[in-house]
Amino acid sequence: MVPFAGWEMPLSYPGGILAEVRAVRKTAGMFDVSHMARLRFSGIGAVPFLDTVLSADVAGLKVGRSRYHVICDEDGGIIDDALVYRIAEQECLLVVNSGNADDVVEWLRPRIEAHGMVEMFNYTEQIGMIAVQGPEAVAILDRLSDTPLSAIRPFRIGDATIAGARLRAARTGYTGEDGFELMPPRESMLALWDALKDAGVEPCGLGSRDVLRLEAGFMLHGTDITRDNDPYEAGLDRFVHIGSPGYLAHDALSRIRTRGTKRIMVGFQMVGRGIPRHGQEILSDGQPVGIVTSGTHSPTLDANIGMGYVDRRFSTKASRFEIDVRGRFIEAEVVPLPFYSARR
Amino acid sequence: MTPDDRRYSKEHEWTQLDGSVATIGITQFATESLGDVVFVDLPEVGSEVSQFGKFGEIESVKAVSDLFSPVSGTIVARNDAVIENPEIVNGEPYDDGWLLKVEMADASAVDGLMSAAEYDALTAES
Repeated sequence: MVPFAGWEMPLSYPGGILAEVRAVRKTAGMFDVSHMARLRFSGIGAVPFLDTVLSADVAGLKVGRSRYHVICDEDGGIIDDALVYRIAEQECLLVVNSGNADDVVEWLRPRIEAHGMVEMFNYTEQIGMIAVQGPEAVAILDRLSDTPLSAIRPFRIGDATIAGARLRAARTGYTGEDGFELMPPRESMLALWDALKDAGVEPCGLGSRDVLRLEAGFMLHGTDITRDNDPYEAGLDRFVHIGSPGYLAHDALSRIRTRGTKRIMVGFQMVGRGIPRHGQEILSDGQPVGIVTSGTHSPTLDANIGMGYVDRRFSTKASRFEIDVRGRFIEAEVVPLPFYSARR
Repeated sequence: MTPDDRRYSKEHEWTQLDGSVATIGITQFATESLGDVVFVDLPEVGSEVSQFGKFGEIESVKAVSDLFSPVSGTIVARNDAVIENPEIVNGEPYDDGWLLKVEMADASAVDGLMSAAEYDALTAES
């Protein structure tokens, strides 16, 4: 167990990180992600308000659907990346990273007051969250559920009863595999976890979650993206809608987009022997040209992979540079993101 | 069980003597602390190692550790199998997961290392 943003979280279960990665890629694994903050917004001002702070175009989001986006401050810095779910015409659920929950809530509160007609309720401690991910995840959940979950399509959210727990089920995740994120009342968490385990779903911890998300090319806020980054250099353009009425980051983001960014997020694979790690320098001819933000050994690809910001000159596919791996300069090559994608 | 046919260092390496040649590996305690090993970097045969000096690196999914030689001498063999398949180190740390064989400059250097019982006492504290 390790401390994580005020929670005690398992780095891995006894089977180990590699076995957990394999389970999620081949069958099904589950993660207790209750630490992620769940915020409910309601009221006639809820959707218009969210469109002033999220890059998601919530007004254009149909009820029962969700969208990945970024929460940017007025300077265009990324406070967090998040998923917003439209639960009803005037109700939305926002799931943010636990490490940022306080920052997000603190940043939102005065803006909510200034906007009016919207209420924010933090029900992180009332409602838990289990992500069930993997090629067999949906079939397993179908067997346990009173209504077929497979009827809920990707990025949709619906209601279900699983192992006696009445819950919301969102077909979203952070692993690159098909699956659901289940949100039951806190009291039902243990029974649901046990029922899933009995059905053959492998318990997985933070370690495998980080490998899986990196293989799938997903950013981790605080590691790959921070308040010092804008969403364009992070390569998140397609998740940035700045045209909503009153969008607070509009001017800054529009300026950054017009000006263009010097550096850009790329994925790379090591050509030489070595595993890249967060914070290592990227060089070309001995000159610094970028920085590694994430790196790991990918058991799925049997390759050492990483992401990082590089000068745009080095961002095209097959561009080569070197990573300073604790004093050894190891060659790496730019590859398209994601590193891994599941066949659906 | 920690095998009692070899000696141990505080840095969690084991050393087994065969004449003047020492076989070096890491302990089960070390592999369990590291988790799944995914990368091992070892020096070439013919290069020198010095007692308690760094000779390589071992990485698990979550962490990087330096490898420290329990003895001084010249490398006469390197286990390329663990470079190809690092998981051997987790599965067989005391057998197939050995790392280097070193022709020792001074075999008495091993005397300063711990016995299995002393090493178990050390790891029981942590």
